[in-house]
Amino acid sequence: MPSHTFTVNGRSVTVDAPDDLPLLWVLRDMLGVRGPKYGCGVDVCKACTSHLDGTDVRPCVVPVSACAGKTVTTIEGLADGDELHPVQEAWLEQDVSQCGFCQPGQIMAAVALLRRTATPTDEDIDAIANICRCGTYFRIREAIRSAAAKMRAA
Amino acid sequence: MTGHSPTPDRSRRSFLTHLVAAPTLALVTRAASDALAPQPADAAVPTLPAIADLVDLGDLFILAGAPTSALLALAVEADGTIRFRLPREEVGQGLTTAVAVLVAEELDAPLTAVRVELEDARPELLFNQLTGSSNSIRSLYGPVRQTAATARARLVAAAAARWGLAPSALTTANGVVRAPDGRTADYGSLAAAAADPTLAVPGGATPKPPARHTLVGRPAGRIDARAMVTGAQRYTLDLDVPGAKPCVLRRPPTLGGSVRAVANRAAVEAMPGVLHVVTIPTGVAVVAETFGQALDAKAALQVTWGPGPADRLSDAEVRTRLRAANPPPLLPPLLTPYVDAEFDFAFVSHAPMETNSAVADVREDRAEIWSGLKSPIVARETIAADLGLPLDKVTVHVVQAGGSFGRRLFFDAALEAARVSKACRRPVRLMWTRVDDTRHGRMRPATHHRIRATYALGEVLSFEHRVAAAETDFRHGLGEIITATAAGLPSGLGNATLAQTLFLTTVKSPYHFGLTTRTLTEIPTGVPTGSWRSVYSANTRGAEEIVVDELAARTGKDPYLFRRAFLKTDAQRAVLDKAAQEGEWGRPMPAGCAQGIAFHEEYKSRTACLVEIDTRDPRHVRVTKAVVVADVGLPVNPRGVEAQMIGGLTDAVSTTLRAGLHLDNGLPLEGSYSQFHWARQRDTPRDVRVFVLPATGTEPGGAGELGVPAAVGAIANAWARATGSKPRSFPLSFDVDFTPYPR
Repeated sequence: MPSHTFTVNGRSVTVDAPDDLPLLWVLRDMLGVRGPKYGCGVDVCKACTSHLDGTDVRPCVVPVSACAGKTVTTIEGLADGDELHPVQEAWLEQDVSQCGFCQPGQIMAAVALLRRTATPTDEDIDAIANICRCGTYFRIREAIRSAAAKMRAA
Repeated sequence: MTGHSPTPDRSRRSFLTHLVAAPTLALVTRAASDALAPQPADAAVPTLPAIADLVDLGDLFILAGAPTSALLALAVEADGTIRFRLPREEVGQGLTTAVAVLVAEELDAPLTAVRVELEDARPELLFNQLTGSSNSIRSLYGPVRQTAATARARLVAAAAARWGLAPSALTTANGVVRAPDGRTADYGSLAAAAADPTLAVPGGATPKPPARHTLVGRPAGRIDARAMVTGAQRYTLDLDVPGAKPCVLRRPPTLGGSVRAVANRAAVEAMPGVLHVVTIPTGVAVVAETFGQALDAKAALQVTWGPGPADRLSDAEVRTRLRAANPPPLLPPLLTPYVDAEFDFAFVSHAPMETNSAVADVREDRAEIWSGLKSPIVARETIAADLGLPLDKVTVHVVQAGGSFGRRLFFDAALEAARVSKACRRPVRLMWTRVDDTRHGRMRPATHHRIRATYALGEVLSFEHRVAAAETDFRHGLGEIITATAAGLPSGLGNATLAQTLFLTTVKSPYHFGLTTRTLTEIPTGVPTGSWRSVYSANTRGAEEIVVDELAARTGKDPYLFRRAFLKTDAQRAVLDKAAQEGEWGRPMPAGCAQGIAFHEEYKSRTACLVEIDTRDPRHVRVTKAVVVADVGLPVNPRGVEAQMIGGLTDAVSTTLRAGLHLDNGLPLEGSYSQFHWARQRDTPRDVRVFVLPATGTEPGGAGELGVPAAVGAIANAWARATGSKPRSFPLSFDVDFTPYPR
């Protein structure tokens, strides 16, 4: 069984797993990192959105072998201890979550967007394709706008 | 239009007596014949009250739950933590937060001190542990406040005894009892003394009048919001149940198909990580070390399948059968002008983000289950019987779930997990794939509607609505509630009678449209169905709101003013007016864009929705703006109500424009959110304004499902005005523009 070493939320991990085992199941079933959610397994719903070397990816379609030597950040690794990321703070201010199941992925997608641009347009926000079945999209939009403004001011 | 109400002053009790005295089907018949009897000539065509005007489904829930409401469990702990065991399910609707607000309000405790935990299945709660029908706050508002007020009275009495003062001299605030001389005691320090059964509590306990509310009615953020944004919120498959291994099922190529044989069981069991391959009635289960390995093994299985009950059934035949079953309008359009319209609605998936899932640990002599369950008592009883265990040896934990929309009234994943765990003698974590959840999950039934409205001299004389629907399955405990509240009904009621009761106690018209009649005809199809957010109302009232616009057009009236003229009450008109004002009804729109407006009243609540739509790109029709006004009587948490209205709006955007299931030879073609065309950010309005009216009454109405029907009507009406077409078949855009997954 191949061995893979990479960093998850600041911690170095080594797992023995088939090369093609999706990162999602390595995180959830082998490492107990359960913030990233299964919603489809085929990069359609995007509920598992996390970061690989700072870029948003969908762990359900990233083979574990592609992570070797890289840094994986999940929703659990976004806050700095008890200090939430500004996007998480904005999610609380707007009370975005309903069932909450998609929100880790939504937040990680929003953080990645705000890394690419400090001034996201409505079209930029529209391009986030993460499904929210509860339909919280408008509050997501407001939270991203609010977080962007606060991060620019900081 | 007439302002007087013809409503007979029938008390709730007398109506219930009426319901007990006669089988419900007789009610349907009588209502219809009554309505067709000659009317007084001078009546300004008022509409007789519908059954749902007199007693709605929620009233039945409240009555059924009342005898066991004293079993609600609240505890104050030594550190001041207040724990309330909620006999309902939280699926995102914000119930736990609203209940925490009620508890904190009556206890004069900080909201942060209150923990709301989901109660395990407790059969002694009888009919008081089913989550549905937008009824939880309606049914819990009184009992929860009474429970918390009693706790507060005991804490005050304990402080009074400690200090030798009269309880009436003490005040409470922020989790502390205070004496006139400045002495204080926090609740935690009084918790033990307050538990003394000999403690005298003079004067008993009475919940606060609404005028003294300081938390109820003010916006509160979700109590679990931080857990949700940090990934700490635990859903069923996030639980750490020792030894529980991932499990997925290979399901049949048609709905309800059976397993005949597995050709390569040994080869699959030899695959990496695979622990067990077991056959259960609904498919072939693979248990493995990781879900990734279980999914690979599931795909490798070679299974021969037996037929299901609907193997050759496709959309076209469903539609034909529904049309054939739906009786024509009774009133012939002889001398009066009329509007006739027929509508078709496709099957729709519930599609919660968290797919059907459960954890089960079944041993020789006991079993423990974890799952997102809205009817946990029936789940526990069914699972115990299936496993052959006594009821008291089966524990069923209710886990907060990632959405429901009606889906989690059914407990199929829990039953499957129990069967697999029993067969392979180890705990399992069972997950449905998204493809299976979309295809083999339950569906909102396809429906067909015939509406005929006659009008003359500016009045609507009659409004007939004939609904035909694929049978909705209510065999999850809701039937027992209806049966229990109508104790005189004959035993052995069939599902059809329950459906009629549900239909008649939920669907009603807010307008004075003269003789208003509605019938429901259900046909069995063999496909698994279930209540979908707002049950019959999204389609039924959505279609009616379209006909309202067409009546307005036919009589040369503005759709807003036409509604305004025919609504029955000032409270209704206030909601509609607010939507029209805030949404700038009538403002100029470019060609291909239009506004639409609609109204809905249910669950003792009322709402109006005004949307703007842009149809200029036919490949991407988009609702660009929405204004929603909601009057829920007494909003416990307006922020939560607002969230529910936003959610209902998104449901309507999706199901009206693009989201539906194509049934094809016994199986839906859709297998993902993309194929199902559920709305994403780019499909939803960039401008949404929700106005939750301050309290207009003394009791809360329902809010969870309220937003859907009016939004369906508003979106369809906007689309009609923008395109010049009549919306008749939903979703409006319903091409198979994808390659289906293999069966």
